[in-house]
Amino acid sequence: MGEVIVITSGKGGVGKTTTTANLGVGLALAEKKVVLIDADIGLRNLDVVMGLENRIVYDLVDVVEGRCRTKQALIRDKRYHNLFLLPAAQTRDKNAVSPEQMKKLCQELKEEYDFILVDCPAGIEQGFRNAIAGADQALIVTTPEVSAVRDADRIIGLVEAGEIKMSRLIINRLRPDMVKRGDMLDIDDILEILAIELIGVVPDDEKIIISTNRGEPVAALNDGSPSGKAYRNIVRRLLGETVPFLDFYKNQSFLSRLKRIIGLS
Amino acid sequence: MNLRALLNALTGRKSSKDVAKERLRLVLVHDRASVSPEFLEKIKEEIIRVISKYMEIDESNTVVNMHRSDDSAILEANLAIKAIRRNIH
Ligand SMILES: Nc1ncnc2c1ncn2[C@@H]1O[C@H](COP(=O)(O)OP(=O)(O)OP(=O)(O)O)[C@@H](O)[C@H]1O
Ligand SMILES: [Mg+2]
Repeated sequence: MGEVIVITSGKGGVGKTTTTANLGVGLALAEKKVVLIDADIGLRNLDVVMGLENRIVYDLVDVVEGRCRTKQALIRDKRYHNLFLLPAAQTRDKNAVSPEQMKKLCQELKEEYDFILVDCPAGIEQGFRNAIAGADQALIVTTPEVSAVRDADRIIGLVEAGEIKMSRLIINRLRPDMVKRGDMLDIDDILEILAIELIGVVPDDEKIIISTNRGEPVAALNDGSPSGKAYRNIVRRLLGETVPFLDFYKNQSFLSRLKRIIGLS
Repeated sequence: MNLRALLNALTGRKSSKDVAKERLRLVLVHDRASVSPEFLEKIKEEIIRVISKYMEIDESNTVVNMHRSDDSAILEANLAIKAIRRNIH
């Protein structure tokens, strides 16, 4: 039986789609059978981030309305084993899918696939409720900014009030140089405020933009990019491994590291 | 500690991160309290229950609310006392 994981955030533009694509590729590289569902109806994006936009025939709404079989709508990513995308509908209205339909679809996919990752739309309206309907776990994405963390808090509350049994946090776009200067919330600050388990920290990395330009998620490129490494670590944690968090402060001077250790800064 | 952090420390100026954290803490107190409409009502009932051991409270003249000043969130309870019980030790 597979696991359905929704990737959600509240605030828009913090990296849900990028995260979904990279974790999907990472899980597929770990020999898992994976389906990515783009639940952002009307604002389809996961297809272009994955580089699969030219292969769409059917979409999520076609599936739930019975215009095609689920299998027919799944686009197979030829670059990896067993990675499939179910694209969002682009033109139809956001309420075309109901939570019950979403649950049924997730249930069906769980029979055959190991992981179903659902890319959630921003906000807390119907689209969000649909996206979380069939999920077993949630990954909450935030950036180290006041508004994003605030919205994450709201989402954690809503997710915990529902049927989802586990939610964990991904901090995206961390800039160690700014944290060092005291100009960005640090990992510990965010965890203290949100009181939620951390599953990964992804640094702000221009490689993400470059790889998105090409439609090749960074997790697939073994080019030593810090973000690719961060995503692969999250994948390993999803698979139950204990992986130490990356040390983003390793370029700090000996003195400042010492101060950090003895609690002076 | 780098130069900027040192300067901030010397001039007593908070780093923008500390300001962000403080603002977040306060805004979340308010958000979390207002998400559930029964939240303050529950607190009010509990306060009355505890205080009633010592004095008789006029429930209809009791108000519990939450507001914030610049740097803290405040829970304010105004309880109207009807009478104080005689044999309290
Ligand atoms: N770690 C990162 N470093 C640099 N850029 C990033 C990072 N993560 C995401 N981005 C960029 O931020 C932008 C928004 O990312 P993305 O589309 O994944 O967010 P989203 O949460 O799905 O947005 P929406 O709410 O609109 O669906 C994209 O241009 C993406 O390339
Ligand atoms: Mg998105």
